[in-house]
Amino acid sequence: MHANVLSIAKSTTDLSKVSYYPGAIPAGFPSPAEDFVVEQLDLEAELTKHPRATYYVRLVGDSLRELGVVDGTLAVVDCLQRPKSGHVVIARIDADFTCKVLQIRNGQMKLKAANPTYPDIVPKEGQTVEIIGVVTALIRKLPV
Amino acid sequence: MTVLALVDGNNFYVSCERMFRPDLLGRPVVVLSNNDGCAIARSNEAKDLGIKMGAPWFQIRHMEESAGLVALSANFELYGDMSDRMMTFASALGHHQEIYSIDECFLDLGGIPGDLVLRSHKIRSRILRATKIPTCVGIGPTKTLAKLANHIAKTAERKPGSYPSHLAQVCHLGAISDPERRSLLQATEVGEVWGVGRRIGAQLQEAGIRTVWDLAQMNPSVARQRWSVVLEKTVRELQGTPCFTFEDQPPPKQQIACTRSFGHPVTDLVELQEAITAFACRAAEKLRQQDGHAGVVMVFIRTSPFRQQDAQYSGYRLFKLLEPTSDSAKITQGALAVLQTIYKPGFNYAKAGVMLMELSPASQHQFSLDLGPEPDESRGRLMTAMDALNKRFGKGTLALGTAGVANAPKQWAMKQGRRTPRYTTRWDELLTVKC
Repeated sequence: MHANVLSIAKSTTDLSKVSYYPGAIPAGFPSPAEDFVVEQLDLEAELTKHPRATYYVRLVGDSLRELGVVDGTLAVVDCLQRPKSGHVVIARIDADFTCKVLQIRNGQMKLKAANPTYPDIVPKEGQTVEIIGVVTALIRKLPV
Repeated sequence: MTVLALVDGNNFYVSCERMFRPDLLGRPVVVLSNNDGCAIARSNEAKDLGIKMGAPWFQIRHMEESAGLVALSANFELYGDMSDRMMTFASALGHHQEIYSIDECFLDLGGIPGDLVLRSHKIRSRILRATKIPTCVGIGPTKTLAKLANHIAKTAERKPGSYPSHLAQVCHLGAISDPERRSLLQATEVGEVWGVGRRIGAQLQEAGIRTVWDLAQMNPSVARQRWSVVLEKTVRELQGTPCFTFEDQPPPKQQIACTRSFGHPVTDLVELQEAITAFACRAAEKLRQQDGHAGVVMVFIRTSPFRQQDAQYSGYRLFKLLEPTSDSAKITQGALAVLQTIYKPGFNYAKAGVMLMELSPASQHQFSLDLGPEPDESRGRLMTAMDALNKRFGKGTLALGTAGVANAPKQWAMKQGRRTPRYTTRWDELLTVKC
């Protein structure tokens, strides 16, 4: 005899993510599938490790063209992620924000575009450059 | 011995704005209330211009031209979300987080090993990185002393020379020597003590009790006889004995918060509704005690970050009341409507709360009917009053009230003119970054 089992995953999970055992399992004796529960995918959890330190911003401009950024592309910005060379970052240069690729070489910081027509940004004397957060994902919606 | 911490966001509303507006860094900034155009938050630069808390906008407006002052309309939706973020990271400092106001929370540090000052600095810098909100942490054996320590941490940072510089940002009264603690208390005016308002402060000054140290030396029974039970508790707390419970502690200045950790995890909506109803009624009661009206109700529910095995969720939302009120029924109605939208089944809720914001004196409102402590009874009284007015003055009386209500949204829209976008809660108002 088989039964379709609806499992409310412990008491800890969102009920909107009520889970089903995949397929039928035999009743009456232990199943190896017993501890295996399918969860719905959580996109935000996939895109950032720190949801409450994460902000969404819209990008405008073509300096990151080679990364596929077009006007209106959504950037997922994690402010707790430690910035490393090669990361795409949101940086504050004095009173403005910009989004560029961070490069650190021999202790020298550069903000690089992903478009050969843009020069590198090297912090000038008296300029404040602060890395606000790391872009952990770019989301580009397509016309539907 | 009890060890408590108070984490407090510096110039909170202004700090929230600066996260998304770097052009405001280093400039004098004030945030204005929606109701009456008063400054309800000031940047340090605005404080240095001599702008006082609650200063009416028309009195300081000239500084826009003369001093580059920037005034913004309150963006409570943004502040609510940033508060939730700040509280989430602050909760990792200790146990039993008690959210005291939109920008302050108490934490129990009892039994936490290691250097608490170092731990606080780490949490502080994590909050700063995650939200760009600078905070100060005060630690002491009672809430009153934790509050005082917080004041010292804040002032030591803002006014170099006022207190020893090593106490800036984080001040742990239990980690310093007796003579140093004594000199700190002697260097602090009695009016700075939590719950000692301007009036009591002046009375104490007159009685020769000028500093916190003087107050701490007072015999508690004298405090009760000559002043009040509240001052007696304050004295005992300054002496290191915890006295204030969640229910009887002094209320926050600009918001009224009623929040609590549950004794056991709550999953059921009905149980949460009961809790939120109780919090909303209690908050409305506190509001009436200080003869105020609230314009915004905020509700939050959250799971416990200490239950690692649990799925985590934290929900909050604000409810803008059609017109400012202190009516328990209206406030509860709003709070329950919010709860309905943020509740997700299947989580173990550990904490919930109701906060009233955009407070203003009841006397400032056109509709300042005293609705009394009992909503049902007051409804009845309201109906009676309306009936009597109608009978006496006819239809026009009711029209007057309706006209006022009809005007409210328009007025609100107008007064929101200086409001920044709701960067974190609306997809169509996100920050745009050039690249």
